[in-house]
Amino acid sequence: MLVPLSWLREYVHIDATVEDVAHRLTMAGLEVESVERTGGTWEQVVVGLVKAVNPHPNADRLRLVTVDTGREEVEVVCGAPNVAEGQKIAYAAVGANLIDGHTGKPTTLKPAKIRGVVSQGMVCSERELGLSGQHEGILVLDPSSPTGRPLADVLGDTVLNIKVTPNRPDCLGILGVARELAALTGSRATPPDVTYQQARTPVTSRATVRIEATDLCARYTATVITGVKVGPSPDWLVQRLKLIGQHAINNVVDITNYVMFEFGQPLHAFNLGEVRGNTVIVRRAQAGEKLTTLDGIERTLTPDIQVIADAERPLGIAGVIGGLRSGIHESTTDILLESATFAASNNRRTQAALGIKTEATLRFEKGLRPELAEVALRRATRLIKEICGGEVAAGVIDEWPNRRAHDPTVPVTAARLTQVLGITFPEAQILATLQSLGCELGPYQGGWRVTPPYWRADITLAEDVAEELARVIGYESIPTTAISGVPPRWEPNPARDLRERLRDALVAEGMQEIVTYPLSTEESLASAGAPASPRPLRLANPMSADHAVLRTTLREAVLRVGMRNTRTWRGPVAMFECARVYFDGGEGLPDERDMCAGVLAGPANPPHWSGEGAQFGFYEARGVVESLFERLDLTPAFVAVDEPAFASGRCAAIAVGKKRIGFVGEVARSTVAAFDGEVTPVALFEIDLTTLASLAGSGAPPHVQYQPFGRFPESVRDLSVVVDAKVPAARLLEIASRSKLVVDVTVFDVYRGKGLPEGTRAIGLRMVYQSPERTLTSEEIDRAHDGILKGLQKEFDARSRA
Amino acid sequence: MAGQVPAKVDIIGASSELNLNLDHTRLMGNPKIDVPLAELRAEALRALGACTAADIDGWLARYLGRKGELTLALRGIAERPADERRDFGAAANALKDELEAALARRVEELGGPAKGSVEALDVTLPGRRSLQGRLHPTTRTIRDITSAFSSMGFQVVEGPEVEYDHYNFSALNIPEDHPARDMWDTLWVDRADADGRRRMLMRTHTSPMQARIMERQKPPVRVVVPGRCYRYEATDATHEWHFHQVEGLAVAEGITFADLKGTLLEFARRIFGADRKVRFRCDYFPFVEPGVDMAIDWKGRWLEIMGAGMVHPRVLSGVGYDPERYTGFAFGMGVERIAMLRHGIDDIRQFAANDLRFLSQF
Repeated sequence: MLVPLSWLREYVHIDATVEDVAHRLTMAGLEVESVERTGGTWEQVVVGLVKAVNPHPNADRLRLVTVDTGREEVEVVCGAPNVAEGQKIAYAAVGANLIDGHTGKPTTLKPAKIRGVVSQGMVCSERELGLSGQHEGILVLDPSSPTGRPLADVLGDTVLNIKVTPNRPDCLGILGVARELAALTGSRATPPDVTYQQARTPVTSRATVRIEATDLCARYTATVITGVKVGPSPDWLVQRLKLIGQHAINNVVDITNYVMFEFGQPLHAFNLGEVRGNTVIVRRAQAGEKLTTLDGIERTLTPDIQVIADAERPLGIAGVIGGLRSGIHESTTDILLESATFAASNNRRTQAALGIKTEATLRFEKGLRPELAEVALRRATRLIKEICGGEVAAGVIDEWPNRRAHDPTVPVTAARLTQVLGITFPEAQILATLQSLGCELGPYQGGWRVTPPYWRADITLAEDVAEELARVIGYESIPTTAISGVPPRWEPNPARDLRERLRDALVAEGMQEIVTYPLSTEESLASAGAPASPRPLRLANPMSADHAVLRTTLREAVLRVGMRNTRTWRGPVAMFECARVYFDGGEGLPDERDMCAGVLAGPANPPHWSGEGAQFGFYEARGVVESLFERLDLTPAFVAVDEPAFASGRCAAIAVGKKRIGFVGEVARSTVAAFDGEVTPVALFEIDLTTLASLAGSGAPPHVQYQPFGRFPESVRDLSVVVDAKVPAARLLEIASRSKLVVDVTVFDVYRGKGLPEGTRAIGLRMVYQSPERTLTSEEIDRAHDGILKGLQKEFDARSRA
Repeated sequence: MAGQVPAKVDIIGASSELNLNLDHTRLMGNPKIDVPLAELRAEALRALGACTAADIDGWLARYLGRKGELTLALRGIAERPADERRDFGAAANALKDELEAALARRVEELGGPAKGSVEALDVTLPGRRSLQGRLHPTTRTIRDITSAFSSMGFQVVEGPEVEYDHYNFSALNIPEDHPARDMWDTLWVDRADADGRRRMLMRTHTSPMQARIMERQKPPVRVVVPGRCYRYEATDATHEWHFHQVEGLAVAEGITFADLKGTLLEFARRIFGADRKVRFRCDYFPFVEPGVDMAIDWKGRWLEIMGAGMVHPRVLSGVGYDPERYTGFAFGMGVERIAMLRHGIDDIRQFAANDLRFLSQF
């Protein structure tokens, strides 16, 4: 909402600076987003009065002008042909910053001697003031401009750009802002005159109004003005509309606009000659009914749309846009002026259905008070009579079907105000503050009955009154306290705890966390191995085709980001994300599952001068997964599987107990290529945290359980066996770990090739033997060691390699 | 006696070039003691003779270290017959002295005092770094925000990102056709009801959790809700269609606007510094009344960082709370905006770009 200070001043006296006005309005809820000054600052330029014009002694074309500057009389050399005695002009003193009339560049006015005569300043042209290119003559000001006033006060204006929140349609009128400012500065707003002289003919004899859709139109008021002269608006009106970015059309239409910007109440003027039967009917449109609106578009209407019709056909769409045929033209002489209260929700739906947003819908959609309609009607009628002439029929047409049901009062007690605000304001301050806003207060059940002013539709509850009080007194007057009382009982959140612990664990593994958009395309998800079913949920209005479906896998995002970084980052790329995937829930909301996925590519360590280190691959990714689970005190199994998007033979399902909760593997070359990766191998893992959390149990998060460690000496023995190459190492480890004396077993070597039969490999197992109770004898250890070998021989036909 | 020992030296094949001389060793005349010690001595001295500067530490560990051969021999003294123990101990300790002396000489030969037994390094060369993992700045900021509130008794809960319009709007006193719906441009899920109406959307703020929490919990309530939010909004340096918010809600008997101010002031001090100035001004959100906009002073300007207010009585009664009895406040803030302020990030799009050149800075 643009609010020129000059216009605002018409209703409220302003002593404060513009900055102060902007600050006060902002603090009270009318945020001033910017302050724009029209015209220049024009320092040292004032309104001057031309006292005398005399010829220049040395030049025919120049003249000596005596100017009253308000403080003194000075003599100025002037070459303009239009300068004349008695004119009000813009006088620039030496030192003023102007535009050079010849070069068009900024310049500072210096003392000058022109053809032997000293010029004490200058009388300015529009070009010199930066107003226009006009340099033929001097700028002649309005004769009423006070001599000595800074030019900026007379010519320039300051326009506040206010962000009006949806609850304050009253401040979509400049008078509303003036009332607000008055309350905030302890001044009083003066509303404009709404009286006018009426003719004898009663308005009811000129036109009748009937509301059929009483649910959509709370009140309809109208006046009839006959014999008006439609033409251009006077300058002041054109100027004012121009200041708020509105084009002038003709005097009648401009007045309806002007009053809308003044009061916040949209009005509409009909050419009465086009209102058949002189009857206005407010009704729902009939299905298929057609109307060509002011913008020249023929629209087909539906019964959801409310129209203003005459006895035969629609004249306009109520509260949205007028019809072309019944508009005001040069030839119009008789006018029916409408000021009505249309239902906000229907207005919203109609503008959405028709795709029209107008200054009228901007106001109607927020809900206006029915009382406002009549005041604005009278104001506009007065201005039409004043500017366009004509006769106003006596009285006002006023259809207000449910007037009795309309009770705007709000009961409030001091206790309730204290309960909400946490401070008790003195009663006198409460009364004075609310009255300054235009509220009336009467006693009611130990408190007050507050009647909000007719222009405020947003004060309906005690809490609204509390806000009015707090914002006018100032939020800074409310104390700051801490919440008292017992905090709520702590509730566990194991899923979140698990996820946050995993995040920390992955960071400790050297991985960088990422946060990606959860929206992608079906094709891209599929190329990262997302299951074909269920199909991802789709958005109705996606931001772009690239973000059209809700992801069903997290692999795609980490692959995409990982691969992109391999193109710009020379060091290790080790990234992970903990986020949700979304599975279609049919009728209900989708199943949002917490997932964790990581990608590892390129060198496994930061580059170092001492030489190249290892590259990331399957075992690095598996190592990360193992570390994660160790921190959760879980021992996962890794089962060889074939999984889409992974390289064949390089993927393992991660299983805890019987549940598969994820995958780890190296990505297929084709997948790397699909994501424009520039390194191979690329290792990837994905873990379903929602399932993991359910395994870890509810309640307290899973904590690693302490195991007493052996105090007796441990004995380390190695065993190298040759087995069929297809036998998984995990099976050998499993057999070895069955021995009661073995406290730990690892693989220390894997060998294939020379010296071994085709299709076999040697696996070196390192067992740690230890007893919690005593020192083991070498005989005991020998027996256990042989037992393991025998077990391996029996199970896998293994033979000792030693 | 003296004649026997060199023969043993020969037996173990020690190099004669070393000019082994057992005179320094106190011989006990007992072959059970002398012979193994002599073998050890010969081998140790031979190995020492072959040492380069780099090998010295290894030699020291092998023979004289805590698990060195001589140390183990001394430790094994208990297994010897009682009558040999004293002599063995004396001989072993004499050998230890001899080896230490030999070590000192060898170190000197190799051209340095004992401490300089290693090659000098260029200490100005870069060290070997392990891979540094980092949290995303969004996660770090969410953790800072939630922990500031946790210490004031707020619990962290989360909610669905795909929501019903009921929770996202209607339950927050924003019925259909409410003009305030324009404040949140919405991404809708492509799924319609039987009546053709869309009900599912990408939540536009974390506020839908207000009603969800109050529906399942009686007062008192004190929670913060971090999470992702979505808006149908063109992207530029300060706008993202995907971003994070932290919502807060405190409802109980006796909670006032003054508590709102006190709690949020305390939060701002924890996140932005103890001297941070805070400004509360009136603003409008349909689900609060009175409504608040909170700004902090930042390089001489007021920057808005969150919306807040007293929970609207219609929101309370909508979930079955008695608004005459219970009052409360709610607030919501943009996580990225706070992270941008704290880290001097000038483009919100960096958060979802996930470029290591950006992420590795935090």
